[in-house]
Amino acid sequence: MSEYKLDKDVKLDVAKILEDLEHYHPRRRGWTWREPVPGLKMGPFTYSDASKPLKDSVGLPPAHYFGDIDPQPIPVITTEIASGRFEDDIRRMRMAAHHGADHIMVIRTAGQSHFDGLIEGTPQGIGGVPVTRKQVRAQRKALDMIEDEVGRPINYHSYVSGVAGPDIAVMFAEEGVNGAHQDPQYNVIYRNINMIRSFVDACESKRVMAWANMAQIDGAHNANATARDAWKVMPELMVQHGINALISAKVGMKKENICLSTVPPTATPGPCIHIDLPYAVALRDLFHEYRMRAQMNTKYIEASTREATVTHVLNMVISKLTSADIQSTITPDEGRNVPWHIYNIEACDTAKQALVGMDGLMEMVELKKDGYLREKARELKERAVLFLENMIELGGYFNAVEEGFFVDSGMFPERNGDGISRKIDGGIGVGTVYKRAEDYCAPVTAHYGYNNVAQYDPSAIDDPAKLIGGCTFECPDKIQYIDELDETDNVYLRMDEVKDFAGPDAKLIKPEMEWLADGTVMLTMFFPTDVRHAEAAALEIGKRMNLVDCEVINREIMHRAEGTRIEMKGKVNFSIKMEDLKLPTVPDVLSDEELWDAIDKKPMRIVAGTIGDDEHSVGLREILNIKHGGIEKYGIECIYLGTSVPPEKLVQAAIETNADAMLASCIISHDDIHYKNIAKVDRIAREMGVRDKLMFVAGGTQVTDEGAREAGADVGFGRGSHGNHVATFLVKERARREQNAR
Amino acid sequence: MKRNDDYELRREHLKDLTDQELETRFWSLIEELIDPLLKLGYENTTPAIERSVLLRMGFSSIEAKALVDGCTEHNLLEHGAGNVVYRLSKKDGTDVRTAGLKLIEASAWNEAESLFGGERA
Repeated sequence: MSEYKLDKDVKLDVAKILEDLEHYHPRRRGWTWREPVPGLKMGPFTYSDASKPLKDSVGLPPAHYFGDIDPQPIPVITTEIASGRFEDDIRRMRMAAHHGADHIMVIRTAGQSHFDGLIEGTPQGIGGVPVTRKQVRAQRKALDMIEDEVGRPINYHSYVSGVAGPDIAVMFAEEGVNGAHQDPQYNVIYRNINMIRSFVDACESKRVMAWANMAQIDGAHNANATARDAWKVMPELMVQHGINALISAKVGMKKENICLSTVPPTATPGPCIHIDLPYAVALRDLFHEYRMRAQMNTKYIEASTREATVTHVLNMVISKLTSADIQSTITPDEGRNVPWHIYNIEACDTAKQALVGMDGLMEMVELKKDGYLREKARELKERAVLFLENMIELGGYFNAVEEGFFVDSGMFPERNGDGISRKIDGGIGVGTVYKRAEDYCAPVTAHYGYNNVAQYDPSAIDDPAKLIGGCTFECPDKIQYIDELDETDNVYLRMDEVKDFAGPDAKLIKPEMEWLADGTVMLTMFFPTDVRHAEAAALEIGKRMNLVDCEVINREIMHRAEGTRIEMKGKVNFSIKMEDLKLPTVPDVLSDEELWDAIDKKPMRIVAGTIGDDEHSVGLREILNIKHGGIEKYGIECIYLGTSVPPEKLVQAAIETNADAMLASCIISHDDIHYKNIAKVDRIAREMGVRDKLMFVAGGTQVTDEGAREAGADVGFGRGSHGNHVATFLVKERARREQNAR
Repeated sequence: MKRNDDYELRREHLKDLTDQELETRFWSLIEELIDPLLKLGYENTTPAIERSVLLRMGFSSIEAKALVDGCTEHNLLEHGAGNVVYRLSKKDGTDVRTAGLKLIEASAWNEAESLFGGERA
């Protein structure tokens, strides 16, 4: 076996993951939920609804204000990763896991559900990846390493549907896949696979999934995405959930592994919570024994990532007010393209941020027990019961589907006659269902239905695989592994094309959105004109910037005539040598002990303020305040003058208090006002003849060291600077000046 | 089918049920709908199910497909593709993998048919 291990500071080497795959076996099976930690303390806070923290992760952007904490909510967080090249998805999975995803879902390539059997090898996919044993094995193996790195099990997930459901279920059980979509109704309604075939196959698939302790997600959410008016299918959704849930339970799945895929059906500008919340309550009333996989609305999102993000946060308000065991995420660029790396990460952060932000909410508020909410929920449940009664009157499930009962745009009992109708004797795979003979036998584990094992060995009735000395579920060495079948379409060829960009020793670099070295960049622009001219201008700019394959992916009207916001993607047609990159030097920082010692030997006093007409105080307080590791901590005496301090007042205060240094914070930066104010301080100090005596430190989010020095300061500290950086400068600069004076 | 919303008329028999009774009714109707579907699953098989059995018996997806296609062609699928392979292995005194490969490579389908001669439904 390969000895390859991840190093937290080094890029993952996909080539190493692909080595020795034929000998890899998964180290566990089954689904894992997060471990709640009631009353978790992290940084300055106590959490009510948090789970066990991660060993290594990337926190939300403001985490550094609170001691770099990264609290994890209780629901499992899903992200869907499937760019078409599974090898590039592996790197994205690592990033997503570090942002809090512990459920990685792989979307299948277009058309896989109609492929009658397993696909093998590693062909490239369209809108997803061809799910194959090799691809699954490589990703599960990588996730084993990634979960060790973050310190939390990662659930790996794909689809058990189509005409090869049982084949895939077995392969998933063998390969340690932890969860899957399985719902025969999805095959019937959306994939036009024969109804009888779908349900017969589903029984076997579900039994296999139950054996592997996989979590199951149903397909009901697709009705939301398909129906003309998504909120009108609410009664039907409960029926679809009920059919799949009870079949699964009766086939042998544990109810705690049966998850309903539920979506808040509508979105803004509709009054979405008013419509979505009663539905969420009704669903949780009827299905309290089952788990909720809260999906986000995809039906009504457009190309604006901001708008999609707000919709998704509103969806999570519903999750929080009711319940969610799995919180799915939809990437905010879903309305534009196959999701990019950065948007998977944004979606994970959005879920984490929203859920952590609502920590403990239900200790303070509760849903009303009467009135509109409960009346509406009751009405929806009654409509669902009426739907079921009508199906039975028609003669059962198959007849109801023939009648076009599902995905009709009328809120049941209303019918608009636009539902999806399928024929019992039609669809893909019709005529492929065979009645089992009296001597029918399947000498394997986790087989559903009639199985005449007794004809061979009555003692094997409860363990049919005993007939053959155990099947692959007991003896994984019996699994036949196929590496590649297509010499012209496989991972090795794709990786060879971009080998100079790959792995920890990459020689070249290019921007990347989905595939290694794809060269894709996105430009955000505002044009003071209407949409049509703005689009044309954007494309012209792309051309003059030498970008290729330019395409406008979002346009938003600021005003019909005054202006348009454009987002455009394109590709750069050059790459950069890593060795040619000029890296700014890493600031050398004195240790706390060295700083204490220096100030103890010779005290220091500074004056500080936010200068100009600028009321921002947080950044400077961080630099000064002992609580935040500011320079006070080292014994430096700080005289804080507040915000909107005129430059002359800063200099005067330094003179009056006989300070060693002036610290000027400038956050507002439009029209370069920050540098203008820095220059003003420098000029006044010179005019008053004290500039040489006073050290002058400038800082702010838009300040660079170079810019600050140019404007007249001795140093500039930008975003990410801390008290120890500033203290190190002050101590070293004082020593340097003393040295020069001698 | 087209129909106006007649919810108020239709719900007459439901409106006095308690929430608990309504829930019980929901699940008993679901059960009534799905029991015939489960029975279909219990009594029938498909090429995909039989391929999945063969995968578990240690065949590759390509071999499983060839075996199921052979069983279908020779009207043996109703006995179970795994059963066909298993019975041949018992007769030959080999392991199941050897028996399956014999069916594919030596096209021993007549031999397999003879093992199920009198029992075809």
